[in-house]
Amino acid sequence: MIKYIPRFSRTERTLHWANALGFLFVLATGLVLYLPSLSVLVARRPLIKDMHFWGGIGWVSLLVLVALLGDRRGLLRTAREIERFDHDRLNVGQKINAILMAAFTILFLVSGLLLWYGERDTRFHFASTVVLHDGLMFAALALFVGHLYLAVLHPATRHSLRGMTLGSVREDWARVHYPQWVSDTEKVPDTRSAR
Amino acid sequence: MADQPEPRRYGRGLFLVTLAGGLSSLAWGKAAWSHVTGVVSPIAGAIAPILPTQGWRIYTVSDHMPTFDPATWQLKVGGLVETPTTLTYAHLRALPRVEQISTFHCVTGWTVPNVHWAGVRLQHIFDLVRPLPEAGALQFVSAEIPYVDYLSMPEAMLHDVMLAYEMDGKPLPREHGAPLRLIIPEMYGYKNVKWLAGINLVPHPEDGYWEQLGYDRDAWVGRSNGYSS
Repeated sequence: MIKYIPRFSRTERTLHWANALGFLFVLATGLVLYLPSLSVLVARRPLIKDMHFWGGIGWVSLLVLVALLGDRRGLLRTAREIERFDHDRLNVGQKINAILMAAFTILFLVSGLLLWYGERDTRFHFASTVVLHDGLMFAALALFVGHLYLAVLHPATRHSLRGMTLGSVREDWARVHYPQWVSDTEKVPDTRSAR
Repeated sequence: MADQPEPRRYGRGLFLVTLAGGLSSLAWGKAAWSHVTGVVSPIAGAIAPILPTQGWRIYTVSDHMPTFDPATWQLKVGGLVETPTTLTYAHLRALPRVEQISTFHCVTGWTVPNVHWAGVRLQHIFDLVRPLPEAGALQFVSAEIPYVDYLSMPEAMLHDVMLAYEMDGKPLPREHGAPLRLIIPEMYGYKNVKWLAGINLVPHPEDGYWEQLGYDRDAWVGRSNGYSS
């Protein structure tokens, strides 16, 4: 009989999918604004620009809302876990991905607000704002593609997606990929799946 | 058994360094990107079909991008002139052709160097319509309503101001203002009115579309809109 062990809490999963939803929405609307071929195809720039701006605000607000309404103590525990660059519940690559995406999200927000305000007040004009915003898009897109490949396609790692959808993973799989975490869990039962 | 050493907490450092690097790039990002562009341009050329061609972004202000039909398109030139004139596309293309290579600067911070334009100088239009002495400025009317902008007569007479109908060896693409746009390389892109439908000679310049929203009327590159280079 296959044994499953809890991996990500409900708050962690909600935060992850809220982040994915927000990121994909601003990526899609941003690409329409950025790529000339899509700009011509859609042609409704003012509408797409509003959707992109308010989508970005909505993205960050959603993350804050999930963090406030969810298991805050659990999220703080996860944050402390991510700070340590060792291979426990998460591997170092996953931790770097999470840290970079968190920093990128803040930088997206700051540069996006500067672009928006700069269009209304030239005191907020900086020649490099658009370079930063676009550069973040390329860097975030590269991280996203790598993340998607490992989570959905790569045979050895794609089982991890179950942890982020249903909250649990096969114990035998976890023993191979996260032996330290399984060993720690056996010593102290994990209660993450409860919230 | 000896205690395991506590793993180093690099995460916060990486987060703060990324954040600091990103925020400080507001000061150095554009200069750095200019250096990088030269290195990556061969790669960018290879993936041009999916990336913004040579760094262009397409900005519009209405929900409809004008279309161009050579059979029906007209450029109406009027206002303070002796002979108001309506040019067809064929008439426009029959005027003396000039070419130039100039750099296009957008006020939002991106730049496209070495754009090859072909078109006509405003002087050739003036030869047809003969401006009256009281004409001190030109109003450029776009088919993208309500976009208009103005140049003073001295600005319009700068040596590299032109009405462009070709870009990089091809007819001006729709997204760049087909069939005709104003080019004034000394000023930011919002003065370079796309989808030109009319030119009116007027006594003096007024605020155009973006100027009414707070942008500078004289949009000199590097010397306006909060920039000083």
